[in-house]
Amino acid sequence: MSFLKINNLSVDYKMRKETVYAAKNVNIEVNKGEILGLVGESGSGKSTVGNAIINLIDEPGKVSSGSVILGDLNIHENSESIVKYRGNKIGLIFQDPQTSLNPILTVGEQLIETIQTHLKLSKEDAKNKSINLLKEVGIKDAEKRFDDYPHQFSGGMRQRVVISLALCCEPELLIADEPTTALDVSIQSQILDLIKKLTKERNLAVILITHDMGVIAETANRVAVMKNGNLVEIGETKKILTTPQQSYTKSLVSSVPPTNKKISRFVIVEKENKKNNIKILNRWTKKEISNQDLVQVKNLNKSFDDNFFTENSKNSVLAVDNVSFEIKEGESFGLVGESGSGKSTIAKMIVNLFRPSLGDIFFDKTCITKIKHRSELMKFRKQIQMIFQDPYSSLNGRLKVKDIIAEPITLHNPSISNSDLNNYVNDLLDSVEMTQKSADRYPHEFSGGQRQRISIARALATQPRLLVCDEPTSALDVSIQAQILNLLKDLQEQLNLTILFISHDLPVVRQMCDRIGVLKDGKLCEVSNTEDLFLKPSHEYTKELLHLMPKIESIYN
Amino acid sequence: MDNVNLKRWERIKDSDIYHSFIKSPTAIISSAILLIIFFCSFFIEFLTPYTPFDPSSLSLMDAFTPPSWTEDGLAQFILGTDGQGRDMLSTILYGCRISLIVGFAAIIFSLVLGVGLGLTAGYFGGKYEMVVMRLTDVQLTVPSILMALLVDGIARGLISREMHDEMAIYVLIFAIGISEWPQFARVSRAATLVEKNKDYVSASTIIGVSNIVIMFKHILPNIMRPVLVIGTIGLALAILAESTLSFLGVGVPPTTPSLGTLIRLGNDFLFSGEWWITFFPAIFLVILAFSINLLGDWMRDTLNPKLKK
Repeated sequence: MSFLKINNLSVDYKMRKETVYAAKNVNIEVNKGEILGLVGESGSGKSTVGNAIINLIDEPGKVSSGSVILGDLNIHENSESIVKYRGNKIGLIFQDPQTSLNPILTVGEQLIETIQTHLKLSKEDAKNKSINLLKEVGIKDAEKRFDDYPHQFSGGMRQRVVISLALCCEPELLIADEPTTALDVSIQSQILDLIKKLTKERNLAVILITHDMGVIAETANRVAVMKNGNLVEIGETKKILTTPQQSYTKSLVSSVPPTNKKISRFVIVEKENKKNNIKILNRWTKKEISNQDLVQVKNLNKSFDDNFFTENSKNSVLAVDNVSFEIKEGESFGLVGESGSGKSTIAKMIVNLFRPSLGDIFFDKTCITKIKHRSELMKFRKQIQMIFQDPYSSLNGRLKVKDIIAEPITLHNPSISNSDLNNYVNDLLDSVEMTQKSADRYPHEFSGGQRQRISIARALATQPRLLVCDEPTSALDVSIQAQILNLLKDLQEQLNLTILFISHDLPVVRQMCDRIGVLKDGKLCEVSNTEDLFLKPSHEYTKELLHLMPKIESIYN
Repeated sequence: MDNVNLKRWERIKDSDIYHSFIKSPTAIISSAILLIIFFCSFFIEFLTPYTPFDPSSLSLMDAFTPPSWTEDGLAQFILGTDGQGRDMLSTILYGCRISLIVGFAAIIFSLVLGVGLGLTAGYFGGKYEMVVMRLTDVQLTVPSILMALLVDGIARGLISREMHDEMAIYVLIFAIGISEWPQFARVSRAATLVEKNKDYVSASTIIGVSNIVIMFKHILPNIMRPVLVIGTIGLALAILAESTLSFLGVGVPPTTPSLGTLIRLGNDFLFSGEWWITFFPAIFLVILAFSINLLGDWMRDTLNPKLKK
């Protein structure tokens, strides 16, 4: 007899144009003492199931059928019972620790309030209990930190506080909705270890909702795969990840970048898997790869200080601290680091969005950081292009796709004829595997992956030699990520592009890059060939990062 | 071409704004009232047999006729006549046209000025931004009526007496426009600060697009929503400001009266029992401003994604 039983759960959203079935006849069981991983891509309904258990579905959605049985009680029977269970028998952990705590109450006040809502305890007892809880989730000096406000905790510590809040009424079921997505790798592994430890010690039933297969492989006992509101497959984690039965699960597993080896291309199960034929090749003035440095970064420094009075003072934060590296023509150079390590700042200095505080950047042996004249700068603008992280903000929503792609073409070649321009735009769309019909649409009609393709087409329009990719796939689902990475590889190979690839995701960097630089707090820790870095890292920090990254292969051991 | 228009119409019919419009009775009623008012006041020549501003067509015998439904009323003067025998309804509609023209012109003037300054201030930042924003702070500390009176006073000093009646309407537009721009500057600066940090602006910079093009082709269309919302509410304010100034006697001259002028003229007769001469223009002004405000409120609720349910 399992502890939580979800029977035939369906959730509908009645929209103006259609009814969206966010979950369709989902059957899931969770036992005490086990972690059930709920995976799926965005829009698969995994969070909907989590929210439906505690009946927290936003309007206009509603649970249209099915039951949720906790222990031996049907908690959807009436709306009062669910309120009693929420936060009491069922604890919740949300994705973003920044917003799930109330910033104007101290951590202690929030804990005591929650405890006293559900349990009949005096204030003194509640306080003792909360301090014990904070200790249990690994917060040092819990007595002192009890009176701190949420902003005085770091992101990982704040997530620990959120976990202690979820645990404070001795729940038996814990629902964690992407608990580590907003956190860095090193903190992620600590939080996951904590959840694993608590599951064992308290004999909890845990539902871990995530999109990250590595996290699933390392933590979950069983896994349920969802797609478009349907439950595709459910079973032992090892079985599902090693011998998936359904084709969707197969494609999902094959698109996860492996951490232990470099593959030449991702296998995409559902699509025809061939290299695309790049139509813009005949327009491209292909540079032969000389074995020379295309980019040289020398002693780069950047400090941010907006304050008028303290400009250049000692207080200013050094975002980039004396960084030097070279990128050879035709290679992919990776920059990895956690948030705040300065990797995006370096990218923005290379594309000339920021000027460095100190140091120089050379492109093709010319110093590009000291160019004064616009006409001279334009020559380099043409050769260095960038792809951004967020596909939703990188395209102007008020312009049609063809106008977005045409802008760089007409800017650098004002005399181009209209028909030639149209052909060029169509060729570019073709090269990024988009249909020509897309040209007349607006960006909001496309998905994140398609928008990223449009972004790539725009970047290619000026025929750049260097493409700076700033976390190009971290906002995308894993199967879309595989397609975009394949596309970038094809483009690089055929167009002789040099790529600067910036990411926090080590497995992705391993697949994409020839050489890698590791950044920490604005300083470059080490630069070496990809295989050397993964097999015998020399810097302590690199070793730690490699040790902590979630490995999907861990399931085979 | 027809095909394109048809498609556009279908796209409008499919949009969220259209659906929220047909579901909101306030929006439908207020825009219907506004359409009727706009239509009647701009085509008044074709709708009425009277020409209130042609003295030869007026007869003093008709003066002070009360509204038609009262005891002494005449059927041909629905809302009665004023002290010179002018038909109230057509005079009001002629006056409304002046009020609307002044209101629209003033709001467009302040919109162009305010958005121009706010957009450039937000985009370039630095000392220029500081100067512009302090200027708006100073402007906001001066009450708008006082500002308008000041402009009017200066204009009277500069423009010769004969020219004054002709120029009055332009002075009024300038006076109201100059006192309303800070709102537009503040809103568009705030929106620009948000937009300029988005990646599409960086992408354009990297491509090599010039600042002017980035500002007007890329950022401007993306900040127009909040600007249009305060523009609508600002329109009602501008019409009210015009009426206030005209009521105070510094607005448009009595020879081409606006709603405010009519209220002022009628005010003299209020205590002798001819209430309709001031009452109807006033009620008309209230309906006009109220409808514009309701429409503006609806627009704010629909166009603001944060308030969406």
